[in-house]
Amino acid sequence: MQQDFFADSRKPMADGFQYTDDQIEVKNLSHVYQTRRALDNVSFSVSCGEVFGLLGPNGSGKTTLFRILSTLMPVTSGTVRVLGHDLTTEVKAVRKLLGVVFQHPGLDGKLTVFENLRHHGHLYGLAGKTLRDRISELLERFGVLDRAKERVELLSGGLQRRVEIAKAMLHSPRLLLLDEPTSGLDVAARRQLNDYLGALADTENILVFLTTHLLDDAEACNRVGILDAGKLVALGEPNELKAEVSGDVILIECIDNEVFCTEITKRFGVSPVLADNLIRVECERGHEFVRDLVATFPDEIQSVRFGKPTLEDVFIKLTGNPFV
Amino acid sequence: MKPIATIWWREVIRFYRQRSRLFSAIAQPLVFWLLIGSGLSASFQPSDTADGVSYIEYFYPGIVVLVLLFTSIFATISVVNDRREGFLQGVLVAPVPRWHIVLAQALGGTTLALLQGVLLLILAPMTGIRFGTASLFATLGVMTLLALGLTNLGLLIAWRMDSTQGFHAIMNLLLIPIWLLSGAFFPSTGVPGWLEWTMKLNPLTYGLAAFRQSLYLDTTMKAIGEGPTWALSMLITGLFCAVTFVGATLTASAQTN
Repeated sequence: MQQDFFADSRKPMADGFQYTDDQIEVKNLSHVYQTRRALDNVSFSVSCGEVFGLLGPNGSGKTTLFRILSTLMPVTSGTVRVLGHDLTTEVKAVRKLLGVVFQHPGLDGKLTVFENLRHHGHLYGLAGKTLRDRISELLERFGVLDRAKERVELLSGGLQRRVEIAKAMLHSPRLLLLDEPTSGLDVAARRQLNDYLGALADTENILVFLTTHLLDDAEACNRVGILDAGKLVALGEPNELKAEVSGDVILIECIDNEVFCTEITKRFGVSPVLADNLIRVECERGHEFVRDLVATFPDEIQSVRFGKPTLEDVFIKLTGNPFV
Repeated sequence: MKPIATIWWREVIRFYRQRSRLFSAIAQPLVFWLLIGSGLSASFQPSDTADGVSYIEYFYPGIVVLVLLFTSIFATISVVNDRREGFLQGVLVAPVPRWHIVLAQALGGTTLALLQGVLLLILAPMTGIRFGTASLFATLGVMTLLALGLTNLGLLIAWRMDSTQGFHAIMNLLLIPIWLLSGAFFPSTGVPGWLEWTMKLNPLTYGLAAFRQSLYLDTTMKAIGEGPTWALSMLITGLFCAVTFVGATLTASAQTN
């Protein structure tokens, strides 16, 4: 039997399974809406200090998983432990440790920035000078202190998102959950937010868990889980996942896709996949393949794109479907 | 206590900052009162009155109750969207018991309804109603109970609804008839038997009776037909508050984790 060197941080559980206190541990989680299976036997764990991205197209089950983790929906099948607490039996303890940023605005536009945060602080039992200081500290950190007295409805989308995160961090949660945090933000604001979340996980040693359908956001995470039709099809660091796609990825656009697929399979011994009206070919030494391809079929090809694999390629490889 | 106070405060401050809500909740009943009250005054003759009461005066308590109904019900309608895609989501994931949330919302709606109701009380002397100390306090007390009960009823519906359209349908099909058949619009004397029974089974009938009788506590009430006693009316109104509150809390708990 393996010796446990981290006895202090581990608690033996009744079923003999060892859980650690600084993790989300999801085991065999399933969720069914009437007849539709939104989550199908999902298992994974995430640790504090990590930014974990749950990537998946719309309808993949991301939101269901998010709502379960944020305690809005009950666990109906499987077990979820959050930082040492069972999500079913110790909801209140989990809620104290949880900071949540919802996809739909969770701020009251009729209240000022300060009032929104004060309201939130009161819900978590903070009050008086402690609360006021904490609010100023967070607003300053997010660069919105000068807007504290303005009504939220007058702020831009990007600023509102910052206020939302400041609000979610107000009670010093150990787990920050964000549902599609970058939606509606421009590229610069998105990058800034992703950088910020990374720094937050790192310096405060909190667990940042976000859902996204944007590949760029997922690339910025320490680890990524890819969800498709309720199943977790991949789990790992973005680079690890991309390494599973061998070599290079070539995207070909041509006049008759079907015919061309069989044609290049015969000629080059590759296994092309037709997705989203593009022929995808994975191969080592892609530059040579492109050279030969264009030399062989100069007339049929309309365009060729050559690149290193992205998470989208990982998704297509694993599911056979385009990522939309 | 902090979470309850803060949720209550938000309900009140939001209302204050949306001036159109403030205006519409009171303007519509006032227009009803003056137009319908004046229009029906000529034909309104309570069967068993000696000195008679004008319809404007008869209709007045009903209009106050309508203002309470409108304000408290519309204060709860925001729950429908708020809990699915808005501010309430953040409250629901906080470590706050569900019944604290419902209580705070109920107190918020009650406060708003009371503020509007008190504005209308200022018009009472226009109808010939004179307040003494006892009647003023009794009236305010009954108004508080009524506002609380109606807000609870609104919460009970709102926590169950998926769309505001559904809420409006309930408003028209259930809440307005409850008000119409409470004795607000016409007394139960002389109506067909089935209607009289419907009115007797309507909890708001007792709320309205308690309110009407409180208004006249210091003066002799002009007869407007037989109604339930003050004690019975208060008892049923109190029970209504309690039952709807428990109902709203159970609904809110069932709809969320």
